[in-house]
Amino acid sequence: MNIMVHAPILAIAVPLLGAFALPLFAKVHRNLRDLWGAAVAGFTAAMAVALAVQAFTSGIQVYTLGAPSPTDTVVAGGFPIRIMLVVDALSAFMGLITTVLGLASLVYAWRFLREDQGKTLALTLFFLLWAGIYGLEYTGDMFNFFVFLEITSIAACALVGYRTWESRPPEAAFKTMALYTLGGLLVLLAVGILYGEYGALNIAYLSSKIRGALVDKVALGLLLGGLLMKAGTVPAHMWAPDAYGEAPAQAAIVLVGNTQASLYGLWRVLFTLFGGALFAPQVGWLVVALGTLTLLVAVLMAVIQVDLTRLIAYGAVSQIGYMLLGVGVGLTVLSGRPEFGLVAIRGGVFHMLNDAATVGLLFLAAGAVYRAVGSKDLRALGGLGHDLKWTGGFFLLGALALAGVPPLNGFASKILIYQSSFQLSPILAAIAVLGSILLLAVFVRAFQGAFLGPRLTKAEPAPLSMLVAMGALAVLVIALGLVPGFFLEHLVNPAADALWRGRDLYLAAVLGG
Amino acid sequence: MGNFAFLAAMLLVGIGLWALVSRRNLIKLAIGLSIIQSGVNLFLVSLGYVRGGVAPIYTYAPPGVPMVLPTPQALTLTAIVIGLATTALMLAFIVVIYRHRGTLDAGKIRELKG
Amino acid sequence: MSVVVRTIARLLLPWVLAFGGYVIMHGHLTPGGGFQGGAVVASAVALVVIAFGAEGLKGQKNLFSFLEDLGAIAFVALAFLGIGSTFFRNVLAGGGGLFGTPVPFGPNPGWLNTGGTLPLMNWAVGLKVLAGLGSVVLLLALFGGKEDG
Repeated sequence: MNIMVHAPILAIAVPLLGAFALPLFAKVHRNLRDLWGAAVAGFTAAMAVALAVQAFTSGIQVYTLGAPSPTDTVVAGGFPIRIMLVVDALSAFMGLITTVLGLASLVYAWRFLREDQGKTLALTLFFLLWAGIYGLEYTGDMFNFFVFLEITSIAACALVGYRTWESRPPEAAFKTMALYTLGGLLVLLAVGILYGEYGALNIAYLSSKIRGALVDKVALGLLLGGLLMKAGTVPAHMWAPDAYGEAPAQAAIVLVGNTQASLYGLWRVLFTLFGGALFAPQVGWLVVALGTLTLLVAVLMAVIQVDLTRLIAYGAVSQIGYMLLGVGVGLTVLSGRPEFGLVAIRGGVFHMLNDAATVGLLFLAAGAVYRAVGSKDLRALGGLGHDLKWTGGFFLLGALALAGVPPLNGFASKILIYQSSFQLSPILAAIAVLGSILLLAVFVRAFQGAFLGPRLTKAEPAPLSMLVAMGALAVLVIALGLVPGFFLEHLVNPAADALWRGRDLYLAAVLGG
Repeated sequence: MGNFAFLAAMLLVGIGLWALVSRRNLIKLAIGLSIIQSGVNLFLVSLGYVRGGVAPIYTYAPPGVPMVLPTPQALTLTAIVIGLATTALMLAFIVVIYRHRGTLDAGKIRELKG
Repeated sequence: MSVVVRTIARLLLPWVLAFGGYVIMHGHLTPGGGFQGGAVVASAVALVVIAFGAEGLKGQKNLFSFLEDLGAIAFVALAFLGIGSTFFRNVLAGGGGLFGTPVPFGPNPGWLNTGGTLPLMNWAVGLKVLAGLGSVVLLLALFGGKEDG
């Protein structure tokens, strides 16, 4: 058996199995549970990385579930009847982001796992969420997409709210759950409409049939609404600061991955399912407008925050705006395919990777602060830099990168977005730059408030596993900023091409010929 | 006549949405979401209806009679299962919130704001 | 609850359980299957909770969560059986032996020995659902019990 052929499903099924088996191992012994968790995580990450290598070097990987052979995508008559996983460069790229965030979360939480007994539930939920995110990114079937969307919703909300002994997490979780459920139902309604119209659920097959009838537009609207709601864009961003703010740091960064997977779903729907050019200018402008609005509103809301994690949460929401802006600009000009459209998409896609590293780093640093002093209130924090030197450094690095200060990774992708959106409309670029400047001000103030000044309380330094996780993300932030060309060439450009003109390849890989 | 089920489904979705925007009681919000869920499920299952079709039981279908499509039924079933899980989770959160706050009024328990 | 409710519940309970088992067992032949049958069995848990109170079942929480895990693991493991060709491949179907009989056409009493891995998966899902739903019912009932005395 060639294990690499099965990589797409193994990356989903192994963490799923890991999640279910975890409580049983926990009953035997805590160390066995941790060993099992580490083994499952390591294997999953290896599969995702190997899959990415395959997808980047030898093209789209398909995996048909239940078929005699993984590549038997269609039955006689050219109709894809089985559920399948389709991993192109973009899916593989997203899988890598998910891997980085998942591993960072696990390493960061390692110390927590040692500390007390009640973590089995959280670890189980983490693996469920991880598997669900991989599923979202790899699936080639609309209904399957909905199922994974709901798996991630349930696991994510349970992770946000599992600290039921405190009063705020359950509230945040309920709010998030309500919006996630509503978004999921909109997606399901759209899937039902598409099934009723074309009698299929396969993304490639649907894409080959969709011509732009009225029902298609209704379905597109519902999908847009549902996925944007789950990605936390304005005006449906209300859940994001609560969920990010109340979730423990190690869960918050997996939530970032979850949000990005929803965005990935949006790109897949817009560019592959609906063929991009079909409704391009109007829908593209809509995405651009929502992106601009999101980054503006989120940055302005960040200004008035006094809670450290909520501040970072609004920073995270604003980064979603940049991604929407970048890819939206590309979508707007897709029919004419001018050069700056591709640059815009590269910027948007690159920014997803940068956002994962940067926002992840910030959340982890804030988590270390909360652990050290038991407070996230910026009015009460101060002088932590004396005790938490590394954490403070990581926070500053993350803050500067988030604001797009030149040698760091945020700048590398934002410059692409500035350039290309300027060519579409200078106003967009101006708003984007303004957003970055405000972010810089907000985060420098937060850094100053929390880490500088006289020492207020004695803070216990962060344990090693947390520092390792933060360090790894910090290295990524610096590396992405110093040699963006390398990452662009090997990771981002193939992924952006998959959006820009990869639809025919995607269809051919599934439907043949 | 054939579109009755679709109209009913959209009506259910509308009722659920109305409940979401007009009610402040957390349990009523959960009920609203459940009603939307029912509407979507009704929509899904009615997609597969074939006039005069029999239940798609492989071993028992008399020859020559059309069967209703089994796929939408499977989809609906999956959606029901998922809906069950989300509803259970939401109700569990509501119970916990009630324990902390002693009220179910969404307007009064907003500790998280802005 | 009153003696009427308790007596009726006692009478109904075996039938509910048997019907749930039937629905799970015939899942690959007739409408029904793991989820539906599991839900029927879980309704028996609800019946017990209503008739006799949740306190008596309190000790079973761990058993429920153990069964739930077992069902989920069994399901994924059965899907892994097919990994020789593909995940979820129905390796037992059509090959004779256990669950390998081809399904006969026309009206028949329902041959359980068909469907390959499907009946096994139905049992796995059934186990998962009856335990999961049962513990949801139980936990929500226990929640209320503490509040209201």
